[in-house]
Amino acid sequence: MKDYVLPPKKRRPLKKVIKTVLIILFVIVIYTWTILSVNIDLVRAMERLVKNFNVVIPQLFSPKWSDSGEVIDKMIETILMAFSGTFMATILAVPLGFMAAKNMTIRPVSLVAKWFLSAVRSFPELILAILFVVAVGPNAFAGILAITVHSMGMLGKLYSEIIESIDMEIIDSIKANGANRIQVLFYGVLPQVIPEFLSYAIYRFEIDIRSSSILGIVGAGGIGQMIMFASINRDWNKMSLILLAIIIVVTIIDMISSYIRKRLV
Amino acid sequence: VLRRVRKQHKTKVPALYEQKVKIQVTMITFLIIGFYLFSMYWTQEQTPGNFKNALFNLTNLFQKFFPPNFRILSSVWKPMADTIQMAIISTTIAALLTIPLALLGSRNITPFKPIYFIARASLNLIRLIPEMVLAIVFVGIFGVGVISGVIALIIFSLGVLSKLISETIESVNMNSLEAIRASGGGLLQVIFFGLFPQVLPQITSFILYVFEVNVRASVVLGLVGAGGIGLMLERELKFYNYPNVMAIIIVIFVVVIGIEYMSNKLREALL
Repeated sequence: MKDYVLPPKKRRPLKKVIKTVLIILFVIVIYTWTILSVNIDLVRAMERLVKNFNVVIPQLFSPKWSDSGEVIDKMIETILMAFSGTFMATILAVPLGFMAAKNMTIRPVSLVAKWFLSAVRSFPELILAILFVVAVGPNAFAGILAITVHSMGMLGKLYSEIIESIDMEIIDSIKANGANRIQVLFYGVLPQVIPEFLSYAIYRFEIDIRSSSILGIVGAGGIGQMIMFASINRDWNKMSLILLAIIIVVTIIDMISSYIRKRLV
Repeated sequence: VLRRVRKQHKTKVPALYEQKVKIQVTMITFLIIGFYLFSMYWTQEQTPGNFKNALFNLTNLFQKFFPPNFRILSSVWKPMADTIQMAIISTTIAALLTIPLALLGSRNITPFKPIYFIARASLNLIRLIPEMVLAIVFVGIFGVGVISGVIALIIFSLGVLSKLISETIESVNMNSLEAIRASGGGLLQVIFFGLFPQVLPQITSFILYVFEVNVRASVVLGLVGAGGIGLMLERELKFYNYPNVMAIIIVIFVVVIGIEYMSNKLREALL
């Protein structure tokens, strides 16, 4: 005989149950579609793996040091590309962020700005780079433009969220003291948001270093061009040196940026 | 003298920031702008033609790309499906692999401390390599096809997911875990009954997030031969067939936005 009473089971509303069942069905349908129609030829891949393993892997761990001058040169270009792109994006993102923030403008403007930002964001950087390479030619400027546009979308969204989360009581009290709109902006809004703006811009620089190192694959300057040539020539020793350079630079910049961000906020 | 100082203080409104801070901020601003000008100069040096030409070409862009050629739509769907399937498979496998890894890589759960450091260090190293470079290496090993992309994406998302998940696990409320341990539960029971109920919503949300990232990544992985729509994009680019390129880009845009919308709805329903 039971000498304890279990707590009553939670009653779940019918609507929620139906919703859960629908989601599960949806996921099952997607997985069956994927498994039935995916074209992965495992046998052939394994054959290739056996054939290529000894050609590729050992060479990936023995960098070709004689090319380091060239690699360093391109790596500097990569860093500079990321820096200029992030700089322009940060400046462009501030007005867009203000336009998209709900508490700064009228509703239609904020909606349009939000749509614009999310449309810009959904283009992968490499696709943007393809467009800009066609527009301005295969050089670092195309890469800078691609980074600028993509980071502008990301930063604009983050900035609008920061602006929406500021303390509006300070703004109201400044207004009540008779400040005009410019004074409200400079003494009420900006002091609250600038540290976070800068912190996000520096964080974005970290991400942009990573993306600018691959933009060269479509011809937009930086170390990506060398990656492309090395892969076409199947020069895995050089690839190993490039990988090493990317890893070192990204690590150093991550460390510097997290140090600065800690001091900022 | 004292009186004069006091008088000055009365009339002068104190500045919002100190003099020293002002000088510092000005210096840093000039430094950043100077570095920007320098980097623009450095990167523009090798530009064939000059800056004016580049801007002129920008107006040509529209003539080259528009109108997009939508007649190729029927042949776009198959590679697009490949792309989405790549993202689904790699996210699933990465999610299955990442949970044990994240458990080993979080300080409050891991049974042995050395494993924690090894897991953390190796996952950090993985995260440093861009997924495109991983894809190039795997295309070199496995040849052109979907499988190279899938493996590159698995490794890339392992790095991201296990970091996010192990951070969530470390921030969990330890009291209920202690309670289960105190009433005689083993490590597995602690994990299943104490930990998972607390972190499952966040984990699903992270997995959906990584899925979105993977969709975007798998779109472009094909540019280096790792299967999917990127492969087709690369071919059309090589033929300078810009109206077709534009049509493919528009399809990518629509599909990416659609998937993001669906995944947002799914996340709202689950949380």
